Amino acid sequence: MSAYVNLLIGLAMGLNLLALGSSRMPSVIRIVAAQGVALGLVPFLMEERFGWLVALVAAGTVAVKGLVIPNLLHRAMRATKIDREIEPSIGFVASMLLGAGGTMAAVDGARLLPLLGEHAGTMLVPGALASIFTGFILLIGRVTAISQVCGYLILDNGIYLFGLLLIHSTPLLVESGILLDLTVAVFVIGIIMDRIQRAFDSLDTRKLTVLRE
Amino acid sequence: MRELLLILVPVAGAALAAAWPNERTRPWLLPAVGLAHTALAFWLLLRPPAVPAAAWLGFDQLARAVLPVVSLLFLVCAAYAVPYLGLRAERRNRVFVASLLAVLGLMSAAHQARHLGLLWITTEAVTLATVPLLHFNGTPRAFEATWKYLLIGGTGIALSLLGTFFLGYAYIYGGGSGDLTFVALMAHGPALSRPWVLAGWVLLLAGYGTKMGLAPMHTWKPDAYGEAPAIVGAMLAGGVTTVAFAALLRVRAVVDSAGEAAVTGRTMLAIGLFSMLVAALFLLGTRDFKRMLAYSSVEHMGILASGAAFGRAGLWAVLFHVWNNSLTKGALFLSAGTIRRAAGARTTDEVSGMLAVTPQSAAIFVAGTLAISACPPFGPFFSELRVLRAAFETGHGAGGGIFLACLAFAFFGMTRLVLAIVDGRPRVSARTGARRIRETAGVVLPPLVLLGLSLWLGLATPAPLREAWSAAVDQLSPAP
Repeated sequence: MSAYVNLLIGLAMGLNLLALGSSRMPSVIRIVAAQGVALGLVPFLMEERFGWLVALVAAGTVAVKGLVIPNLLHRAMRATKIDREIEPSIGFVASMLLGAGGTMAAVDGARLLPLLGEHAGTMLVPGALASIFTGFILLIGRVTAISQVCGYLILDNGIYLFGLLLIHSTPLLVESGILLDLTVAVFVIGIIMDRIQRAFDSLDTRKLTVLRE
Repeated sequence: MRELLLILVPVAGAALAAAWPNERTRPWLLPAVGLAHTALAFWLLLRPPAVPAAAWLGFDQLARAVLPVVSLLFLVCAAYAVPYLGLRAERRNRVFVASLLAVLGLMSAAHQARHLGLLWITTEAVTLATVPLLHFNGTPRAFEATWKYLLIGGTGIALSLLGTFFLGYAYIYGGGSGDLTFVALMAHGPALSRPWVLAGWVLLLAGYGTKMGLAPMHTWKPDAYGEAPAIVGAMLAGGVTTVAFAALLRVRAVVDSAGEAAVTGRTMLAIGLFSMLVAALFLLGTRDFKRMLAYSSVEHMGILASGAAFGRAGLWAVLFHVWNNSLTKGALFLSAGTIRRAAGARTTDEVSGMLAVTPQSAAIFVAGTLAISACPPFGPFFSELRVLRAAFETGHGAGGGIFLACLAFAFFGMTRLVLAIVDGRPRVSARTGARRIRETAGVVLPPLVLLGLSLWLGLATPAPLREAWSAAVDQLSPAP
């Protein structure tokens, strides 16, 4: 089982690098969606005999991350009629190199962390750390609101991956709460993007500079 | 049961507000719910219920020490909201009223959360529920502020979730079951895995610190406080920040029980003093009186964080300061709101002589500024004095010195700006604005009441409150 889990997480780590190197917004949105689906499948493979609640949470994750969020983002992108090329403030090559370095550091660093026997053989921790790092690069290194939201979602995927370490022991209420919050967050982000666009006719966050000291 | 009503009454009120058909009468739901909530909170303060150790939600000693002041602040802000929303009849208030009530309910839940996961969920829910309040004004500037609040706040939320997971993993690695209540975590303290606990603490401090507005994660604060309506600013500065601070205290008790009290103390002291320093520098430079209030809030969050590092006496003093900060900051925000409306501007370049235009609000604003910069006999003076005494008693002489210097700089910065606004000759635009916006009792009394309460806390701190703070200190850091 663990081999399939590692395969999916490896895939997600590859998608991280693709997202960093992508220069077109629709492809970044698709990459984030694919990563969400890949990671949403992980709980199905981890559990030997999974309860219906785990299955429900996993199915919900796949649906929200694979369908709802990409749809919202595509709609926001169409509504703004903006240039689909991404303007980076950290270049594509630079961010890919950074991401690759971060991924290697995550794989290496995870070996130093104290892990329970059943987690030591999986890529859960390195995958989580690499995604969190990638998310931060996108948050800092991109200027349009949609790319920043994509960065936030990758960051969120990383945290979700780490949360899977606790899926056996924490009550599922906590897990479903996390999923709920993710949905709400995206709705709010959708509303805000709509409002910002109406007010500014652009989603370039560099133009949000009226408020400063 | 009573403690659940603290959550259920506002949430039911929010649902009712969302369904209420009349724009003009809907704001009255705010004081109605606020009154019930405050009565309930103070009843619970005086007659605390028994809390089962394993309960996920409960009116425990920390909730008892902090939640009533949030409730009281909400009630006064709600009284101000009725005339305020009357003046702003051009904007629909359905979402605003419902969100404000939902924020109260969620804050009550967050203050009572005794479970690591539940604490995170409720704290995040508070953040999300405040978003519609921030862009009530609907201006491009308000949207910009909301966007920054969401992006920085969202990242903070993500970090605190990761920290929550790390702490949970430390527990499971140490042989714990899946029971993530704070009681179970603290009982298991010595067995927690150190590397995970420390990593978790750093992330939780950064995450909840973002929500509190500790420097350098404070950058959303001036924008959000500057653009939001006065009531929202008051609730953010006096209510939502206390939720994040209480969350930090609960988490810190767990890390302390793992034997890392020296680390938590030192990090909180460092980040607290840094926040005070940053705030003092910005207070010396800013020209906008609503942004000034935000920097002042950063300063007071710094006081809370650093004071909590000064042992049990320091912890007691900061719980006292939570009350003083909420009440005094509320008075400042509400009076500043009236001044802002009458002047039609917010910077010293455009506003002066407000003592002649809105004499009562300007007087309250000046008195509130003196109160918040620790002038006796207002409450903040006494709580900050206690923090300082705790600093010297626990051997943090240098820390106490920096603390005092930052307070002095902040005082210079704030009085400079406030005097520039109230003194001198009023601008022509303000004279015409004042004719439109009169100082009615509805907008003058609420800040005056808050200022009076701050004075009362300073002159005669009620015994039940002292006892509640001592009990909360015992809960967080058991006597050696």
